[in-house]
Amino acid sequence: MHSVSVKDLSLSFGPVEVLQKLDIDINDGEFLVLLGSSGCGKSTLLNCIAGLLDITDGQIFIKGRNVTWDEPSQRGIGMVFQSYALYPQMSVEGNLSFGLKNAKMPAAEISKRVGRAAEILQIGPLLKRKPAALSGGQRQRVAIGRALVRDVDVFLFDEPLSNLDAKLRADLRVELKQLHRQLKNTMIYVTHDQVEAMTLADRIAIMRDGSIQQLAKPDEIYNRPVNRYVADFIGSPSMNFMQGSIGAKGLTIGDVTLSIDGYKSATKLAKDDVIVGVRPEHVATGNDVADAVYCTKVTADLLEPMGADTLVWTKFAGHEMRFRMDGQVRLEEGQEVEIGLSPENLHLFDKVTEERL
Amino acid sequence: MADLAFKDACGPRPKKAFTLPNFIIYTTLTLLAIYYLAPLYVMIVTSLKTMPEVRLGNVFSLPQEVTIEPWIKAWATACTGLNCDGLSRGFWNSVQILVPSVVLSIAVASVNGYALAFWRFKGANLLFTILLFGAFIPYQVMLYPIVMILRDIGLYGDVWGLVIVHSIFGMPILTLLFRNYFSSLPEELFKAARVDGAGFWRILIRVLLPMSAPIVVVAIILQVTGIWNDFLFGVVYTRPESYPMTVQLNNIVNSTFGEKEYNVNMAATILTGLVPLVVYFVSGKLFVRGIAAGAVKG
Amino acid sequence: MSGNARPNRLFRNLSSKIASIPMALTALVIFIGCSAWTVVYSFTGSRLLPKTRWVGVDQYDRLWGTDRWIVSIENLAIYGGCMLVFSLTLGFVMAALLDQRIRFENTFRTVFLYPYALSFVVTGLTWQWMLNPTFGLQKVVRDFGFVDFTFAPLTNSDFAIYGVLLAGLWQGTGLVMVIMLAGLRGIDEDIWKASRVDGIPKWKTYIMIVLPLMRGALITAVVLVATSIIKVFDLIVAQTQGGPGLATEVPAKYVMDMMFRNQNLGQGFAASTMMLLFVMIILIPWAVYEYREKRRG
Repeated sequence: MHSVSVKDLSLSFGPVEVLQKLDIDINDGEFLVLLGSSGCGKSTLLNCIAGLLDITDGQIFIKGRNVTWDEPSQRGIGMVFQSYALYPQMSVEGNLSFGLKNAKMPAAEISKRVGRAAEILQIGPLLKRKPAALSGGQRQRVAIGRALVRDVDVFLFDEPLSNLDAKLRADLRVELKQLHRQLKNTMIYVTHDQVEAMTLADRIAIMRDGSIQQLAKPDEIYNRPVNRYVADFIGSPSMNFMQGSIGAKGLTIGDVTLSIDGYKSATKLAKDDVIVGVRPEHVATGNDVADAVYCTKVTADLLEPMGADTLVWTKFAGHEMRFRMDGQVRLEEGQEVEIGLSPENLHLFDKVTEERL
Repeated sequence: MADLAFKDACGPRPKKAFTLPNFIIYTTLTLLAIYYLAPLYVMIVTSLKTMPEVRLGNVFSLPQEVTIEPWIKAWATACTGLNCDGLSRGFWNSVQILVPSVVLSIAVASVNGYALAFWRFKGANLLFTILLFGAFIPYQVMLYPIVMILRDIGLYGDVWGLVIVHSIFGMPILTLLFRNYFSSLPEELFKAARVDGAGFWRILIRVLLPMSAPIVVVAIILQVTGIWNDFLFGVVYTRPESYPMTVQLNNIVNSTFGEKEYNVNMAATILTGLVPLVVYFVSGKLFVRGIAAGAVKG
Repeated sequence: MSGNARPNRLFRNLSSKIASIPMALTALVIFIGCSAWTVVYSFTGSRLLPKTRWVGVDQYDRLWGTDRWIVSIENLAIYGGCMLVFSLTLGFVMAALLDQRIRFENTFRTVFLYPYALSFVVTGLTWQWMLNPTFGLQKVVRDFGFVDFTFAPLTNSDFAIYGVLLAGLWQGTGLVMVIMLAGLRGIDEDIWKASRVDGIPKWKTYIMIVLPLMRGALITAVVLVATSIIKVFDLIVAQTQGGPGLATEVPAKYVMDMMFRNQNLGQGFAASTMMLLFVMIILIPWAVYEYREKRRG
């Protein structure tokens, strides 16, 4: 049984189609991340699943039950928001118990659940405080606690870490992952941060303009992006793209021709113009060049040292290209570097449809 | 040098004791302040003079011997055309009108604003637009039909009829005020409360109203001054024995009976203006916020 | 409730709809219904009680043939024109002066705004006393030795309306000042830095650059002042009772007297319909402008 199923879900505001015929099945205990740039509809989808937005068409099932028109509180979900959305006039305890009181739960049960949540999240000493007296990280823990006390199967997270500074975000990310291991709930998590997505997700759904581009495991998304958009979106720094064409001798990019014998294509490659993508970290340098199928010398036009690595900007076969080198290698701008490319590290996309070949 | 000059422009302006522009600015402001303060001064000194002394001097002259007799008379025994128990009757009438009007108008408007900000239904925005336009319709256009409606429901001439009228005409501005305030609150708070199973009224009462103190205070200021200062509705919708203070004041001062007692009139005028003045001076910036927020008020 | 069937639209948000009944009644019954009723009955010959005896535009013919109405309109034009010009100019100058990082800004602002907290009745009675010919400002100046000084507008039919204007300005300019000040404070500080770098004199910056940027505040002020002008009633009743003669009669007072004193409801309805028309003339261009601005921005 799927934990959450979205069938044929559409949402439009007047003539504007915000979500278009979405189908997603989420397994029990799965951590699914909805990833996309702002305005892609990821938060909207989450709000639809929560019941905070009335959908135009389709159905939503949670634990096999059709909840399409149920109130949010009847769906068996808990939700954590970006701005924490803690009730400022209530203490932490009040915030945690508000939903349970609304459900007319006996006081003994309420205090039991609040106690348990406080223990899991280590916010016991804060229970009597008001949200204003808490730090950002503590507030987000309370917000998670509010979902926790509801004892629900499905947790919904709407960019929960976006309001925190970088270091705290990394800490809480790990905590969230541990929490998921411990609770084994189904979690649906919306973010625009690909690092969060890659590190947390069992599967990632990449959204764009209200539809899902690719729904797959993180490594699959990284290694076999289904189209140019996904390829461009995932990976930092992002993939290099070049114009090329496939001929009898292999792949031609500008004045460079290399064999593509090792390329695992999804379809039969026809002789045609293509878009060639290569990730900066997949351009071979140093000792690795020897193993590459094609190698050449390029000029380092611009260097961006980042400590562990250095990003090198260059021209390759008439295209702007970036590649990553070990940060300890001494290199000056204007110097020549040897680089290598191999077919198994290339991504080929149809020039017109931009779908993966 | 350039560096130094830049610092001057950013920091507090250097205090020069006397410059021509400053002289012009402060002189103009002071003259204006005199125009604004003179009537208040005149009212106060006149109200503290005896009648013979009023006849002797001019409006600006200070009282030779201060008397509070006019104040007592204005409060307790001054005559309107109908009775001679002074402004006290009008004061208490106004209080009786004010308290329920303020409570009812704010209660209704806060619910309106809440529904408009969070529970928009089809047609809600049209209603709101009509409401805002209504703020500009001259009251005279609606006065008579409302008399008929109040007569039909048996509230014409009753204080409660006037309370309803004040709630109706206060509604556009107050609804706008609450709608804008609620819209400025994070929507996620409302969503969180819905996930927590709170319904329409519970979200309003338990979650939103406890954090609305600032806007409720602004609304109270707006309504207390507005309703206290009302003359038109008081004249039209109440009977003489329950006339509010403004109407009573006008009847005392402009009654054509007997000799004009300017000192009593001025004491009565100050007494009537006292409530909104106290509200104004106590509330300070909130009053400004109220009229700025409610700039739509006609 | 089962989630299977899409619930009836009517019952979705039901609490919200029930809670909005007072608002709906106010908007539809009072603001639209009552206004429409008055407009319709302005075409009847109603006297003491509203009657559906249709008389076409007779009431309007009579209205525009009545001296008192014509004088009321003239007075409104004089009062309104002066009020607009003076309150806007004065309000802007006051706001600009207060914006010069002066000392005692709060004190001055408090002083300029307090009359706005007072009712028109209090304002009218105060200025009636200030302008009293025997004891008021005229006497003050004469006591200084200018024996021939005359300043008693309220007793002179040619100038009485300006006496009312003085009171109206005293009460209402503070509001304009506050709106203008908010407008000034809303302008990007960098504009000032830029104009100083360019060496543009301050007064020129105000007129050429700042005023156009304050369009929103200006329009708000104009609409507020204009609608308050059309509504002016209590001030006249308290200060002059419309006199001397017809010298300070205004449309709103005409309506009230016709409806509640002269038992001539039809005339009152026709005159109030004319007032509604005046407001529409101000309001509709403004609404169109705001709507366009919203679509653009």
